Amino acid sequence: MRTRERWAFLAAAVLLVVVLPALNALPQASPLRVSNFTLNLFGKFLTYAILALGIDLIWGYTGVLSLGHGVFFGLGAYTMGMHLMLEIGAKGVYQNVLPDFMVWNRVTELPLFWKPFGSALFTLFAVVAVPGIVALVFGYLTFRSRIRGVYFSIITQALALCAWLTFNRNAMNLGGTNGLSGFKTMFGFPLNEPATQRGLYVFTALCLCGAYILCRWIVRTPAGKVLVAIRDSETRVLFCGYSPAAFKLFVFTVSACLAGVAGALYVGQVGIITPARIGVLPSIEMIIWVAVGGRGTLLGPVVGAFGVNWLQSLLTTHYPDLWILVLGGLFVGVVLFFPDGVVGTVQKLMARFGGSAKPVSTPHMAAPQSSSVPEGKREEVAP
Amino acid sequence: MFIRLLLALALLPGLTPPAAAQGAAASPPPEIVKAITEVASSDAAVQETAAAALGKTGDRKLLPLLEALREGSVYVRTLPGGKKETVIVGDKVSEGDKTLVPVFTAYGREPIQGSDGKPLLADLSTLEEVSTGRSLRLVLRPLIDAFSGQTQLADPDWTVRQAAAVKIGNGGDPGALPALTEALAKEKDRWVRYALEEAIALIQLKAGSPAERVIAATRLGALGSGDALDRLRDVANATDTPPALKQAAGDAVKRIERWSLLTQAIQVAFQGVSLSSILLLMALGLAIIFGLMGVINMAHGELMALGAYTTYVTQGWFQGHAPGAFEYYFLVALPLSFLVAGVAGFVLERGVIRFLYGRPLETLLLTWGISLMIQQGLRLWFGAANVDVISPKWLSGGVPVMVGIQLPYNRLFIIGLATVAVASMYFLLFKTDAGLRVRAVTQNRGMAACLGVRSRRVDALTFALGAGLAGIAGCALTQIGNVGPELGQNYIVDSFMVVVTGGVGKLLGTILAALGIGGLNKIIEPSFGAVFGKVAILVAVILFIQRRPSGLFAAKGRYADS
Repeated sequence: MRTRERWAFLAAAVLLVVVLPALNALPQASPLRVSNFTLNLFGKFLTYAILALGIDLIWGYTGVLSLGHGVFFGLGAYTMGMHLMLEIGAKGVYQNVLPDFMVWNRVTELPLFWKPFGSALFTLFAVVAVPGIVALVFGYLTFRSRIRGVYFSIITQALALCAWLTFNRNAMNLGGTNGLSGFKTMFGFPLNEPATQRGLYVFTALCLCGAYILCRWIVRTPAGKVLVAIRDSETRVLFCGYSPAAFKLFVFTVSACLAGVAGALYVGQVGIITPARIGVLPSIEMIIWVAVGGRGTLLGPVVGAFGVNWLQSLLTTHYPDLWILVLGGLFVGVVLFFPDGVVGTVQKLMARFGGSAKPVSTPHMAAPQSSSVPEGKREEVAP
Repeated sequence: MFIRLLLALALLPGLTPPAAAQGAAASPPPEIVKAITEVASSDAAVQETAAAALGKTGDRKLLPLLEALREGSVYVRTLPGGKKETVIVGDKVSEGDKTLVPVFTAYGREPIQGSDGKPLLADLSTLEEVSTGRSLRLVLRPLIDAFSGQTQLADPDWTVRQAAAVKIGNGGDPGALPALTEALAKEKDRWVRYALEEAIALIQLKAGSPAERVIAATRLGALGSGDALDRLRDVANATDTPPALKQAAGDAVKRIERWSLLTQAIQVAFQGVSLSSILLLMALGLAIIFGLMGVINMAHGELMALGAYTTYVTQGWFQGHAPGAFEYYFLVALPLSFLVAGVAGFVLERGVIRFLYGRPLETLLLTWGISLMIQQGLRLWFGAANVDVISPKWLSGGVPVMVGIQLPYNRLFIIGLATVAVASMYFLLFKTDAGLRVRAVTQNRGMAACLGVRSRRVDALTFALGAGLAGIAGCALTQIGNVGPELGQNYIVDSFMVVVTGGVGKLLGTILAALGIGGLNKIIEPSFGAVFGKVAILVAVILFIQRRPSGLFAAKGRYADS
């Protein structure tokens, strides 16, 4: 199993990191050529997959449902976006060193909090640090007071709403509703060059591999076992002498950092970040990627992020009215009929018919912890 | 409409008055007859003088003529003897290739009858149009305003009289003073009297003698008139103001500002209570479901939208089928919304949610999916744009309680509705057998089931009840906001916060949390803005939960922390 998994990982990595960009680099006429658009789309999906891995860590493995991950994604994206805005320099529409929207809003001087983002090194640090610190503070306040289960989900949803409202304001000097866009270069490389995009894609794919390895390492350490134990029975973990709050805080922060990295990579490839990507709806859409792919597995979120978003781009181009209905149906269908998601179901089937594979432990098997569910409800776990 | 009615009446042969009697009834004084002829002149200067003369008479029967002049529906008709007559024409009717128009007398706008005794339909091409230039329109406007103002001052509806007084006061025309004084002497209603006094003082402040202006300024101060504040400030700050008036205006400004501080505080308190009651209406259903099943129903907002659209459909039905009873559609819509949302909730619970007991996070995702589908369904069915729900008359307008404060009826209604809803929930939960069962299942599901409570049925009915409450909330929301597919989303996160802060299974907690969050919102909003208000409330809730992780009133006992 282990070697098989390693081979599968290597094959997927080679396909994503080497084959796809190589096919893109073929001459225009070649029938095998992957178009710039497709590569860009895949690049976007890759960033989503990184994000989904982070969500899987906190939700699939630890059983904490965060409905505010769009905020961390957005923080990473805005951090990178601010640097890219400053890189434009005086080449903008208004020929001003200030970003165009500031000229438009009659801001005469660069706001203080923008200044450090002129440095590329600082930005690279901040992409991880800003979401991480926000998650650390927010998580400390919530986990310390044992806010969990549905309470935590609701609070994080409110966080997403507040962040969305805040980023929408022009007074924040972050571009308001229009967000940040119109980037020209990224660390000196022109963004409209296919070669730059290809490089960015390769880097994103490498980041995804890195994120996968990191998550795999985390869930295999003893700490990872504690995370799963927290998911299955937080109270028992507490009584065993562990501090669930500390573990949850750690994994929440790691997951936020991953989201931040994903956001930063997203900005470079998509070329725009607006508050619409960090609100309540996008935040909960991220959950469905993980749910569809299969939470509690590491392959699941990647598969889910690719599958759901591919479906979305397919449907929104051909049947725009249908997409929301399908999305809602996915929520209902996955929760009711495929709680293990695609990967989980396949693994289970393989375990049943292949015999050798070990059945995966799926999160919904154990009754989740929630202070609002009295003891008596345990017996009523659905068939 | 009125014209058609007149026409219809005139067409009934039995009701047609004898021509002789009509002619005798409507014979204006000679100077008016002269002015009516002159107003149709082709010379603009003559027209203007004549219009002004007509205005000066103050004869209300001339109002239709002035209005028709402004609209350009005044024509000159050549009588068989070669005499010319100024007439007003009505809506055009096509007959073959001719355009016919009913004609009316210039004085009093009464239908002119033809030789056959029927109202006359004249061929438009035989009539000569009276042109209305821009300068004539400028002359006409104040005249019509004065006329209509005077008519409105005698209206039986006090709100119309009050609005007329305010309008005349803001217009500042000294010519209106006698009419205002006359109206004031006859007026009995307190608020119209206030508006009349304010209008008189405003006009005097603008155009009175120096002594009158001082008195008017002091009077406005005593009235606490918010409308006059800017004007008094201007007077107090102007350099050419006499010292006595300056003093009086300055004092009045200070007095009004003190008064408005008080009224603003009351205004904020009322808005806070109003928002709280909306939140309470929404959170009540959520809280009951959450308390009983540990499920946050993310589709609650869409159940509200269902209620709102039910109201919209009911309203449309009344418009189409029972326009006479339109004023009462809301009384039908309210229970109907409850029913529709309640049935939807019941189906939801029986259909899907019951398979997920004990898995609150999954239920949360499931209900979110359902909410997306309902939302999109509404969008496809009714369109993405907001739909119009017309408030019944008895819910529009407001009751003035003191100077500068008017409490809108719709908000008062919602406060009342929330109170009734809470009271009935209390009664239901604490005074009935069904409520006892709900409380038993809420406290300890297993034990309750052992003792013979059919917990599954309790679940389904409670869910339906909570959903029905959402429907009522949606129905109430139609009276104060837009009705669109996203209706539920605007308040839903706030109401989640209310439930989380209020704690599980305690109505009192929900009520206090709604009051706290609604009040806090309205206190913060004026000085820091709505966005900061939301953020501040999130921070406040997080800090609050630090102290009380299970909400305001955590249930005591071992089961509180499973």
